Amino acid sequence: MAKAENSKFENRATEAAGHETWPLWEVFIRSARGLSHVHAGSLHAPDATMAVRNARDLYTRRMEGVSVWVVPSAEVTASDPDAKGAYFESAQGKEYRHASYYTKSEGVKHL
Amino acid sequence: MSVTDKPVTDKAVTHKPVTDQVENQAVANSSTGQTAVPSTAVAEYALGLGDDALILAQQLGQWISRAPELEEDVALANIALDLLGHARQLLSYAGRAWDKSEDDLAYFRDEPEFRSVHLVEQPNGDFAHTIVRQLIFSSYQFELYSELVKSTDPMIQAIAAKAVKEVDYHRDHAVQWTLRLGIGTDQSHARMATALIDLWPYVDELFHDHAVTKDGKLKSELSGIAVVPSTLRARFDSRTAEVLERAELTAPATFIARGGGRRGVHSEYLGPLLAEMQVLARQHPGASW
Repeated sequence: MAKAENSKFENRATEAAGHETWPLWEVFIRSARGLSHVHAGSLHAPDATMAVRNARDLYTRRMEGVSVWVVPSAEVTASDPDAKGAYFESAQGKEYRHASYYTKSEGVKHL
Repeated sequence: MSVTDKPVTDKAVTHKPVTDQVENQAVANSSTGQTAVPSTAVAEYALGLGDDALILAQQLGQWISRAPELEEDVALANIALDLLGHARQLLSYAGRAWDKSEDDLAYFRDEPEFRSVHLVEQPNGDFAHTIVRQLIFSSYQFELYSELVKSTDPMIQAIAAKAVKEVDYHRDHAVQWTLRLGIGTDQSHARMATALIDLWPYVDELFHDHAVTKDGKLKSELSGIAVVPSTLRARFDSRTAEVLERAELTAPATFIARGGGRRGVHSEYLGPLLAEMQVLARQHPGASW
């Protein structure tokens, strides 16, 4: 591994149980101009450049995309799945947050 | 790719990417019409190019489930499928000259009738050998198809125009891996150096002219249609040298393999490869699934 330290390529591989594994990357694909990138899945690759190429092979073989982003999975900060309730049910039981108690003016037809 | 993965009839090809089918259709419907029949000389030229692609596709298919990572299985399989697509079009076109189908040519010719170069027959070896073979072959094929898009034969022109975009990606795949393995670890560097020593002798044959020339000039039947391979050598050399230098590798000064693939003289590896590729079609003629 002596050479790896001087490598021009950022090697993100890590040793796991004696077998060097490639890190995981999250893939985002924009299917058309004007749409946003949508998460397509994840893959393994030794570095970012190869991750984009692997993404092309795995996720865009049928012309799905005009643009691909890859992000190291380790860099994604996610919400805690166990705290789902606290994060996402905020609107329930808080009717005062919705403008549903106003009386509709008679003259307004298409509200 | 094992023979069971190979389509025997057109109808059986359901695993091909949709875009490939659409583009194949476009090639088939191009101005040549479905029934343009090539001259024997053009058919033999197309056969050589098609056999190169067919044999290399078969070789790369063998990596499926054996590559270093799943992602690399898929990458090599995609390249194999691209090459199989080129082979099918080239063999279909060539076959019209002899009233044979692509399957007749792929499954029912024996070793001396194949026109592939020795490089594509060489064993997969370790991953470094496969990458070096890919680097050499895709660099050659990219220069070749880049010229064939100017061919006056509409079918060759259409096939090359479709294939060159795919081969550009094959070359990029090989270049990316050459750089990483070349300057990766001591072990990966040593394996790449060994692979270059093993495979560089087969470079020369790619640029042999005698299959397409007569008296030092392109055969009259191929004029404007084919490319004189030796004219591609300078660009091949400069492009590969540039990649190898960045990868801290060198093209070895080595002996030159005898060649002869275009005349049907092959190395010891083609026979077993054909046996595996052809056995099912020969034992069960007309099998379809």
